[in-house]
Amino acid sequence: MSEQVRTQNEELNLIGQDYESRYGFHDPVEYFHKGAKGINHEVVEMISKMKKEPRWMTERRHEALDIFFEKPMPRWGNTKLLNEIDFDNIYYYMKPIEDQKDNWDDVPEYIKKTFDRLGIPEAEKKFLGGVSAQYESEVVYHSLQKDLEDMGVIFLDMDSGLREYEDIVKQYFGTIIPSNDNKFAALNSAVWSGGTFIYIPPGLDVKAPLQAYFRINAENMGQFERTLIIVDKGSRVHYIEGCTAPVYSTNSLHTAVVEMIALEDSYIRYTTIQNWSRNIYNLVTKRANVYKNATVEWVDGNLGSRLTMKYPCIQLLGEGAKGEILSVAFAGIDQHQDAGAKVIHFASNTSSRITSKSISKDNGRASYRGLVKVHKNAKNCKVSVECDALLIGEDARSDTYPTMEIDNDQVKIEHEARVSKVAEEQLFYLTSRGLSEDEARLLIVNGFMEPFTKELPMEYAVELNRLIELEMEGSIG
Amino acid sequence: MTERKPLFEFKNVHVKVDETEVVNGVSLKIYPGETHAIMGPNGSGKSSLANALMGNPSYTITKGEVYLDGENMLEMEPDKRSLAGLFLAFQYPLPIPGVTVANFLRSAVKARRAKDDDMSDFRKTLKAEMDGLSIDHPFAARYLNDGFSGGEKKRIEILQLAMLKPKMALLDETDSGLDIDALKIVAQGINRFHSDKNGILLITHYQRMLNYVKPDFVHVMMRGKFVKEGGPGLAMELEEKGYEWVEQETAQKVEV
Ligand SMILES: Nc1ncnc2c1ncn2[C@@H]1O[C@H](COP(=O)(O)OP(=O)(O)OP(=O)(O)O)[C@@H](O)[C@H]1O
Ligand SMILES: [Mg+2]
Repeated sequence: MSEQVRTQNEELNLIGQDYESRYGFHDPVEYFHKGAKGINHEVVEMISKMKKEPRWMTERRHEALDIFFEKPMPRWGNTKLLNEIDFDNIYYYMKPIEDQKDNWDDVPEYIKKTFDRLGIPEAEKKFLGGVSAQYESEVVYHSLQKDLEDMGVIFLDMDSGLREYEDIVKQYFGTIIPSNDNKFAALNSAVWSGGTFIYIPPGLDVKAPLQAYFRINAENMGQFERTLIIVDKGSRVHYIEGCTAPVYSTNSLHTAVVEMIALEDSYIRYTTIQNWSRNIYNLVTKRANVYKNATVEWVDGNLGSRLTMKYPCIQLLGEGAKGEILSVAFAGIDQHQDAGAKVIHFASNTSSRITSKSISKDNGRASYRGLVKVHKNAKNCKVSVECDALLIGEDARSDTYPTMEIDNDQVKIEHEARVSKVAEEQLFYLTSRGLSEDEARLLIVNGFMEPFTKELPMEYAVELNRLIELEMEGSIG
Repeated sequence: MTERKPLFEFKNVHVKVDETEVVNGVSLKIYPGETHAIMGPNGSGKSSLANALMGNPSYTITKGEVYLDGENMLEMEPDKRSLAGLFLAFQYPLPIPGVTVANFLRSAVKARRAKDDDMSDFRKTLKAEMDGLSIDHPFAARYLNDGFSGGEKKRIEILQLAMLKPKMALLDETDSGLDIDALKIVAQGINRFHSDKNGILLITHYQRMLNYVKPDFVHVMMRGKFVKEGGPGLAMELEEKGYEWVEQETAQKVEV
């Protein structure tokens, strides 16, 4: 282990033993603007006005709200938990401060402290190319390395993106995930705020990752960030998203929409480490369009939340395009991780790989829901799907709902699904070497996750292992 | 004369698996510095005994006593037995996917040290012990027993022995699956570990291992019982005459 990781480990140890004290704290905040609870056209109008948006966006928001009202709740997934969401008891827009800062010293102390505790400024100094920090509805801090800016990299919060690059936004916004895609995409399209706008000009390899951090602080908060990433021909970027929230007894809602476009020969990796508290409903729509010989990878780590429904999607539109979705989900006490993946092969010689790993502990439930579709004219495609579930304890539950729609016979398909328990014999092997049963179980779980963890930048891998350890201790309140 | 105290002792041990008794009353005393061998036909209960002694929950000791250095092993979970100095090299080591040999060994070594110990010597020790067993260094980064060949698994078991330095080592068929050169290397590893302070109980089917790791006593196990005991010569005799011979002998004994 490198010195850096060791110290980081120690720091993490110091921060505390449970979610409550590490992430679960909340700040007493005087909000610059805090609307009323509930959702209606007035709220939408107010959000759009406050943001001084062009009329077309305001109109889109209203249309989307009508769609949201019209569409019924999904009748699949965990309908019981879904129906517990009380849309009238949620704040749809909270603006913590008047404007965004580009220097941490200008960010109010209580907010800065939050991000300090989450290690964001530290990570920024060490290895990130750009940082965006969203607090409730708005991005409060934002930075981008000077050299990246000079090369024409655009990395902004979505609101600034719309103000400064209206043409690009108008061209792409909602084209990959239209408002009527699903009920929650409609809600996001109506009340979206914050999120990320990235454009990478052709032929650039952005080596240092760009990171956005999303923090919900208030009780009964709805966070609706909107992200649009466009990577032009031959360019490469790695975007990292992290999320946390305090522990409250009532529920909050996180409903994001992420749209990505990977133009010819480009490469995008989108890494998520979400670590929501147990009162969060996390209902997210993510989709990428991948053009000729381009690659998109969703690396998606789902921890925490009460209910997560998230199925990152890849549409392989150009010949030779590649897509990979690598996800882990950890479902602890009273949690349901309903996660999965979708890949649609529209073009020939495209390939996709889905690797889904889930861990269910206590009465936690992890579901894999996946769709792979290969269109009639998409010849010589390669598809690989691997689902691996690990159960800990007698009440843990895992289900898989894989769907394959293959409309031609020139496809190479590999499909594997496994459910395993932490085997007594494995535990015995490890305990017979002096590890306690808890340590042994943790080692087995970390080993199970390794194919995922090794894809993360070192700092995040360490953090993830630490989070898993907390989950295994069952101490997250 | 001061009375010598056994390092490891079990008395009248009975072991049950799935409601069947597979070991029916075996006893043994092993003194510091001694090497004992257990030989016996397939299914006679050798591995069951070794697993039960180590505390494998699938093998219940229904009767009997087990002591290491005067400590009652039956009151301890497997991890505590390990920390007390007991070790079992498995006949069939299990794969632990995603956990590297190095990480696993680090955790096991760490479990033996004080919490704030810096472990900075770990890597060096590991490399030296790997060299001793002719294991290539990149092996440390492989997942434990995952896709290892039979012989590789056995070498890694002995690497664990070398790193953990127990007081009492139970080695269950560590020689099977090894080629001729590997057998020699592994045997040398065992001999390097062996001192006048620790003890070895070797389960084997073959004399050839015993040429390298010389036993002081050989016990023959059949149908869950020790039926014969002798010096190193007994192993040779067994190899020559087979277990039928022991069977006939014991049958005669019963007749007398
Ligand atoms: N986990 C188990 N479940 C069911 N039966 C078992 C189990 N382990 C051992 N047995 C049975 O107990 C008996 C003794 O087996 P054991 O493995 O102890 O024999 P052994 O002497 O080690 O044989 P070998 O020389 O082939 O390794 C056998 O009949 C075996 O089938
Ligand atoms: Mg055996």
